[in-house]
Amino acid sequence: MHIYLHIPFCKQACYYCDFHFSTFLSQKETVVEAICQEIRLQKNYLKDSNISTVYFGGGTPSILDESSLEAIFSTLHQTFTILPKAEITLEANPDDISVEKLAIFKKFGINRLSIGIQSFHEPHLKQMNRAHNAQEAENCVKLAQDTGIDNITIDLIYAIPAPNHQILYSDLAKVEALNLQHVSAYCLTIEPQTVFGKWTKQGKMPNIDDDFSAEQFSILTESLERMGYEQYEISNFARNQHYSKHNTSYWKQEEYLGIGPSAHSFNGFSRQYNIANNTKYVKQIEAGLIPATLEVLSKEDQINEYLLTGLRTIWGCKIDYLDSILGSSFLDLQEIYLQPILQAGHLEIDQHTLKLTQAGKLFADRIASDLFVEE
Amino acid sequence: MKNIRNFCIIAHIDHGKSTLADRLIEFTNTVQKRDMQAQLLDDMDLERERGITIKSHAIQMNYQYGDESYTFNLIDTPGHVDFSYEVSRSIAACEGALLIVDASQGIEAQTISNLFLALNHDLVIIPVLNKIDLPGAMPEEVKDQVVDLLGCDRDEIIHASGKEGIGIKDILDAIVERVPAPKGNPDSELQALIFDSVFNSFRGIEVIFRVYNGTIKKGDKVKFVATGKEYTADEIGTLRFDKEPKSEVRAGDVGYLISGIKDAKEVKVGDTITHRDKPCSVMIQGFEEVKPMVFAGIYPVDTTEFEDLRDAMEKLQLNDASLVWEPETSAALGFGFRCGFLGMLHMEIVQERLEREFDMTVITTVPSVKFKVNTTNEGEIWVSAPSELPDPNKIDSVEEPFIKAQIISKSEYVGTIMKLCMDKRGILKNQIYLTSDRVELQFDMPLSEVVFDFFDKLKTISRGYASLDYEFKGYEESDMVKLDIMLNAEPVDALSAIVHREKAYEWGKRLCEKLRELLPRQQFEIAIQAAIGQKIIARETVKALRKDVLAKCYGGDISRKRKLLEKQKKGKKRMRQVGNVEIPQEAFMAVLKLD
Repeated sequence: MHIYLHIPFCKQACYYCDFHFSTFLSQKETVVEAICQEIRLQKNYLKDSNISTVYFGGGTPSILDESSLEAIFSTLHQTFTILPKAEITLEANPDDISVEKLAIFKKFGINRLSIGIQSFHEPHLKQMNRAHNAQEAENCVKLAQDTGIDNITIDLIYAIPAPNHQILYSDLAKVEALNLQHVSAYCLTIEPQTVFGKWTKQGKMPNIDDDFSAEQFSILTESLERMGYEQYEISNFARNQHYSKHNTSYWKQEEYLGIGPSAHSFNGFSRQYNIANNTKYVKQIEAGLIPATLEVLSKEDQINEYLLTGLRTIWGCKIDYLDSILGSSFLDLQEIYLQPILQAGHLEIDQHTLKLTQAGKLFADRIASDLFVEE
Repeated sequence: MKNIRNFCIIAHIDHGKSTLADRLIEFTNTVQKRDMQAQLLDDMDLERERGITIKSHAIQMNYQYGDESYTFNLIDTPGHVDFSYEVSRSIAACEGALLIVDASQGIEAQTISNLFLALNHDLVIIPVLNKIDLPGAMPEEVKDQVVDLLGCDRDEIIHASGKEGIGIKDILDAIVERVPAPKGNPDSELQALIFDSVFNSFRGIEVIFRVYNGTIKKGDKVKFVATGKEYTADEIGTLRFDKEPKSEVRAGDVGYLISGIKDAKEVKVGDTITHRDKPCSVMIQGFEEVKPMVFAGIYPVDTTEFEDLRDAMEKLQLNDASLVWEPETSAALGFGFRCGFLGMLHMEIVQERLEREFDMTVITTVPSVKFKVNTTNEGEIWVSAPSELPDPNKIDSVEEPFIKAQIISKSEYVGTIMKLCMDKRGILKNQIYLTSDRVELQFDMPLSEVVFDFFDKLKTISRGYASLDYEFKGYEESDMVKLDIMLNAEPVDALSAIVHREKAYEWGKRLCEKLRELLPRQQFEIAIQAAIGQKIIARETVKALRKDVLAKCYGGDISRKRKLLEKQKKGKKRMRQVGNVEIPQEAFMAVLKLD
């Protein structure tokens, strides 16, 4: 079983980000208390109290100080059994990483760091309003490695408008030099409720060019593959099977409990998500209530979610599993949609599993959508 | 009969006809205050929203003048060129007309043509200057126009404001004093003019008529002369706010008839009602079959809704006899209907009513007029859809309908209006200065050029000042060609159009450009071509889609993403496929939005 904790605070807003966060940091202690309270309230959400992964996401979890981490970890240990080999990941921003901070992370058993580098190119960092600079980006990884945290992943953003692909190539060279276990690389997406979204609407910023981002995607996958990374999900690359166990659980329909404002939970049959508002979240939790919206999944929903997540991974979608939810043959039902995709060479059936081809990865959403079943 | 007054109101759209009519109704206590709704006579939602009267109705009022009580029948008239025949029949049912002119706007083309209709029927005209309370009112100048037009005295013109209730009593008095009582003999053979009908889903069609001669009694066996159909007058009466059943309606009066008629096609405006056993010797003159002028295909957006669309069309036709249709098949759009409309407004109204009253979303194809084609092998044939046009080598000549257009505008817009009309292949026939700054322009124009966006354009370039009226002139030879649109070399029949050869290049180019905007990128390149026969005259390309995948897909993204992709799938299912190209519904409407 898996636990996600959403830490909804950031020092400043990055211009591309539409996750739930607040820069109103004085609320931090209250929210942390509420998070601990929610952990206790949700004790029985998961069928099994043995936890194999814990993930601190955000926001910026590295903003948490020792006492906050202490509070959360002691509550987790009191409420659940964190398995000895559990993967415990924390998302950290380069500007938060220091020798002292790393020592604290280690103390609580955090054994995987996900560092929000995004870019090694100074102007791009500025453009996105990141809090760190290019030098910090490189240094923090080495610092973490020196401290003995040997499972490190970084986030990169590609397809940031540029005259050519030079910046991407130079970023990739830096990735290679850092000798990381894992890389997540995301195509820049312009979300409407962000500064970039506003700029694009006002014409101050170009929309992401489809051809440009497709080219960058190819450069990225080829380069990382050459460095020994396996693209085990559209945006995720791992060496020596250092897959993110936590994130993989999302794609394999495993159950997880999300704690904190805006966090999502899944128990196999329904999803629920907490309110994305810190004050309202705290109020409800203090009253002993879970401020969540529940959505029960129909069998069609279950199939469609499996398609949209599974097809993005190297494990693909198992036809037997699809058939078992559907209660009949998925391939027969969707044949008219399936044929053109197979013919286009975007999908293959390998060992009774649907898998995207390399060309198909660029069209993963469209393919999933085409294969969706309807009620 | 000497105390009956039948009158109508002639006014341009927006000149305040409906509001003024409401005041008359209010003043005569015809309707309780609580039942009053703004623009009472327009009872379809659509009419109220558009501020125009689509179907004419009638309402009876009582008015005390001195010691005498008078019965007024106000006959409402539609205010758009598409419905000019209905206007002429309403006018034929009256002895008088209120000519309402907006004191700030002056006389418009539609007003003039309806005024002439009224004068031709020897109606007594009562000029009314409306909106006299507005700061922009120019009563003296507009009075000059009215005097010029009618040759009346200045003091015959009544000042009024429907909004403020000014001049209402003056108008009512003038109706008594100036409009003659109807003539006719209540004891001779029945002769009643049908000038309108209303669909009642419980009781069948209500026929609205004016009795010229004779008397119609409840239970009478009646016959409609033009259709030859016979009915029993189950209920007759007069129209107040609601129907008021009576035992008889006599010569000179206006009334309604209910006899269980289910199909609006049996009730033809202009037809004569008489008695089955004692028929009149002649029908009331002026009867015409209303002919559709504009034709277009209507298809359900969702192909599975064809039968639902048929039901909706049948129901719609029950109260809109001027709508004609027959099933049609398109390679691109599947099963649908070829429909004939009185004009573009009528087409829009039908489309909107399908959407509002029947919850149908439809695709309307390129509107077309009816062409007369002289073929080398089959003689003369009529063509109202591009697919019906024979191969060029079988065409001897093509004739298209022309209209006489009458445009009235402020003189400062004459230049731009002339340019617009010339662009639309119009030929200037006459130019008359009505006053120093109001001009009437007369053009002969092909109807096919007017059916698209002419009226909207005219309004735009004249800042809303120009008004248009037209009448059918006749068929004239024109160099018409069929323009086809191809997507990746596959013709899309629903996008074909019959256009003038000189216009074909521009048309093709603009349509290709518009389609490039509207066609979503697909995994391959799409070539959009416009062609006349084998000759390609325009081309655009939609680049291939390179990528369709979102960056992130974690626990919090799954629900949102699933819903997004479900929506995409639904959207895609609503698209039509021609060859391997998927076409969204907007693309089929592209022609209507060229510019």
